[in-house]
Amino acid sequence: MPGLFQQIQAGKLWDFHGGIHPPGRKQQTTQKPIAVLPIPDRLYLPLRQHIGVAGQLLVRVGERVLKGQQLTSAENSMAVPVHAPTSGTVLSITPHTSPHPSALPELTLVLEPDGLDEWRQREPLNFLTCDNMTLLSRIQDSGIAGMGGAGFPTHIKAGLTQPVDYLIINAVECEPYISADDLLMQEAATTIVKGIDILCRLLNPKAVLIGIEDDKPIAAAAMMAACSQREHYYVRIVPTKYPSGGEKQLIQLLTNKEVPNGRRPADIGIVMQNVGTAFAIAQAVLDDHPLLSRIVTVAGDTLNQPQNVLALLGTPVSALLDACGFQSQPQQRVIMGGPMMGFTLPDLSVPVVKTTNCILAPTAQELPSASTEMDCIRCSACADACPASLLPQQLLWYSKAKDNDKLQEYNLADCIECGACAYVCPSEIPLVQYYRVAKADIREQQREALKAEQAKARFEARNARLEQEKQERQQRNQQLAAARQQQQLASGANTAVADALARIKAKQAQAAPADERNKEQILAERELKKQQAREYQQQKAQQQEQQQNAQQQAPEQHSGQPEQTPAATDNTNSKAAAVAAAIARAQAKKAAQATEQQATEQQVTPAPNTEKSHQAAVSAEADPRKAAIAAAIARAKAKQQAQTENESSAPPASAGAVNKPAAESDAAVTPEDPRKAAVAAALARAKAKKQASAEPTEQTAASATGASEPDAVVTEDPRKAAIAAAIARAKARKQADSENS
Amino acid sequence: MSFKIASSPHQHNQRSTAHIMRLVALACLPGIAVQAVLFGYGVLIQLILAIVTAWLSEALILKLRGKPVFARLKDNSALLTAVLLAVAIPPYAPWWIIVIGTAFAIIMVKQLYGGLGNNLFNPAMAAYVLLLVSFPLQMTQWLPPLSLQSVDLTPLDAVCSIFTHYSCSGFSLSQLQANIDGITMATPLDTLRTDLSRGLTLDESLNRPVFFAFAGTGWLWVNLAYLAGGLLLIQQKIISWRIPLAVIASLFVLSAIATLAAPDTVAGPLFHLFSGGTMLAAFFIATDPVSASTTNKGRLVYGALIGLLVFLIRNFGGYPDAYAFAVLLANMAVPLIDYYTRPRTYGHRPRSELK
Repeated sequence: MPGLFQQIQAGKLWDFHGGIHPPGRKQQTTQKPIAVLPIPDRLYLPLRQHIGVAGQLLVRVGERVLKGQQLTSAENSMAVPVHAPTSGTVLSITPHTSPHPSALPELTLVLEPDGLDEWRQREPLNFLTCDNMTLLSRIQDSGIAGMGGAGFPTHIKAGLTQPVDYLIINAVECEPYISADDLLMQEAATTIVKGIDILCRLLNPKAVLIGIEDDKPIAAAAMMAACSQREHYYVRIVPTKYPSGGEKQLIQLLTNKEVPNGRRPADIGIVMQNVGTAFAIAQAVLDDHPLLSRIVTVAGDTLNQPQNVLALLGTPVSALLDACGFQSQPQQRVIMGGPMMGFTLPDLSVPVVKTTNCILAPTAQELPSASTEMDCIRCSACADACPASLLPQQLLWYSKAKDNDKLQEYNLADCIECGACAYVCPSEIPLVQYYRVAKADIREQQREALKAEQAKARFEARNARLEQEKQERQQRNQQLAAARQQQQLASGANTAVADALARIKAKQAQAAPADERNKEQILAERELKKQQAREYQQQKAQQQEQQQNAQQQAPEQHSGQPEQTPAATDNTNSKAAAVAAAIARAQAKKAAQATEQQATEQQVTPAPNTEKSHQAAVSAEADPRKAAIAAAIARAKAKQQAQTENESSAPPASAGAVNKPAAESDAAVTPEDPRKAAVAAALARAKAKKQASAEPTEQTAASATGASEPDAVVTEDPRKAAIAAAIARAKARKQADSENS
Repeated sequence: MSFKIASSPHQHNQRSTAHIMRLVALACLPGIAVQAVLFGYGVLIQLILAIVTAWLSEALILKLRGKPVFARLKDNSALLTAVLLAVAIPPYAPWWIIVIGTAFAIIMVKQLYGGLGNNLFNPAMAAYVLLLVSFPLQMTQWLPPLSLQSVDLTPLDAVCSIFTHYSCSGFSLSQLQANIDGITMATPLDTLRTDLSRGLTLDESLNRPVFFAFAGTGWLWVNLAYLAGGLLLIQQKIISWRIPLAVIASLFVLSAIATLAAPDTVAGPLFHLFSGGTMLAAFFIATDPVSASTTNKGRLVYGALIGLLVFLIRNFGGYPDAYAFAVLLANMAVPLIDYYTRPRTYGHRPRSELK
């Protein structure tokens, strides 16, 4: 198996998927020489004629410019300048209909030629002796951008630092009608080859592949003759098929390589330049002749004399058409570019620019307008024609549905808009138009998404910054507080009091001269504070009462209760009370649960005597109440104890502690006192139990367990209480057993 | 002066849907002619009935849907549906069979789904299944070739028996089906099926007069005529070769294997290819673009699936021929097939490598 390079050397060609064979109709223009147009009355020079950014204006309105003089500068690497195509005066710099499908007005310099065609100073270069940087800046300064149609700045592609295996010169010219490159090759093959030599000097490729379609035999022969002295230049005749001239398609045709999705040809070691670009490079370097004119095919059956013309950039389309004997028809279409990818012009003042290769003025019979769009019959002719192996009908479906996710899944972005699908569609669906709209939609959506993303990032950054500032502030405050504390420690514990006293004294000293009202005010305030204190105490007492009530009700209403009581205790901010309440609550709850269980158990067990079980259930409800009362008494005692203890030991509650569940924080702070309280509670409970056991026989079984269950849980740490409870339970059980037996 | 604005491309290959549909219908002509000559003129009357019904139903629904009637009728899709259904049903079936079938195909299967291009199922085949299930007797009364018939049938007899159930000379369809000995003759596929179920071997069955060479008498020629029409369509690039080839190849391979495994009970591949509606289905019905798979690989899968289903139903199922069922079942699988057979886009790695 020979390597790729050997295969290429041997002249092997590959094929790409799809493609169509529209009638070429190139004979209209290929048989005639290139006509040179007279200088028109006005030249309209858009400041941007390529992909990239426009340069800075260098001239003013009214200024006289010479032929070849730079009108804009190219400071940006994506900018190339425009030049005055002939000598004359700058009439105005205004927006003018652009040579773009949108026809949106674009800033355009209008030049009035003076007919002298006076050149500026020219400095031809010898490309063999000058370095690459000089060559590249010459190419850029000469305003050269890809002349095949895309208009990508040439110096960028020619100045690649990546290693280049193949330089492909695109002379395929696959669109019908267009023969500008054909004629250029016929007439200037040697200059083109010189341009290729310069490109080789810059890129140093392994081989140069010149792709020419087999419908241009004269051009191909001319190129072969011109390349005969160059060993690694290969002229490749490719079969006529649209769109062989597409960059990706030609690469596949000549090298069997595919440009990976989202990458550039340079990434697989390939650079492609249009044959017209090579010619422009040669002119720029060897003659210091910047890009001032280009060959344009003017064709169509409405013209008496379809032909190729050498037109100055900026020449309005009307001048070209008039020179070829244009006779307009009703519903006339004038197309800039070929019939497959060109766009219609709204008026004829649109100028020829660097990428304009064809002006087409067909009759309605020649290129009939699209008839009504019909429904897609899923015939897949489009998929068979697609050079990117897409599924155009699926894309149409999702375009209509505006399903952008699906469109991306079906690789809409890989559509090169060649129009092959729409060409073959039997239902005459303008597929490409649907895709353009969908692509614009997706771009818009992505821009929106990006914006949203940026806004989100901004917002998050702001939040982070605020948070950081806050933390810094807190830290600073803490540090200051710590410093103060240390100071206090250093100067003794009483300094704060001393300070306060000093302050009061100072204040008094200040206030002394003041009148009596101050004193009265102070008295009034004191009175008010006392009042508030009293109210507060009252409130507290009320709350406690409420709590007790609530706990007594707990056995019946155990569902809502636990939530209410903690809230109440939190409000009082008194931990001791909270502890007691919590214990009591727990007891009550347990008791409730236990009785409930008991009750249900009794209901479930197939009791021989149903009356008996019913009574048990009733008593189970009655009994816990007593237990609860006892518990409440115990709790009150505990609270008292706790308060006395707390007041002496517990520091004022900190902000954090309040938020914590009261019981938890207390357990941590005062691990000692709940025990005592619990003991008291246990004693109380034991009493209650005794009482319960003394009750009529049927009820004991239920009540005893009801009372003893909570004991086991609540008094876990107070061991004594637990023992007491256990004893009580044992008694109760014995009794119960004896009753049952 | 103002110029016309249009979006690229400005050129079109001038092959329209109407043109494609017309060509497909025209390519049916050899088959129809052979059918008419060998089996009598019933098929022509069925054609006329079907086309008229199709146009009327299409016009009615288009009117109701507020669509331009004549512009849509001109696309010839209703015509093609009518033709395909007319050649698929027994030529001497009563007139209301084809009328009900065509109206159902156009109104229910095509227009109610959204018209041309939006139907999930092949309209002609959906209608065929409806008729077969609803009117099994009328849909299985195939007359033997004229050469085997005991009574000579004139074109007028065709008209009489389609509209009155009796030929002009008063014979009923079942009488016409009988041969000189009074034995009812069904289609070759039907005969073979019955014989095999009665325990006869393949060779014994093939000795009957309804068989000729390796296929049914008359049916061989009908299939050859449709094959010729289909090849013409492929040559004209109206249909892709993939679906017909896949149908034929899968049926051929499966029946070849089966006949090698059980030579006495399964007919050979040539018998299967040239009996019943194989060629008509492979070239004209399975290739209906709307309801078929749209990717190249998918078309092969789709065609092979039809071949498999036909083989299974013919040999193990409850019907002598099975293209309608096979096509409808394959139609259902089309979205799935299409989804999993998407081609690799230029510059993208194969989907298998992505995982």
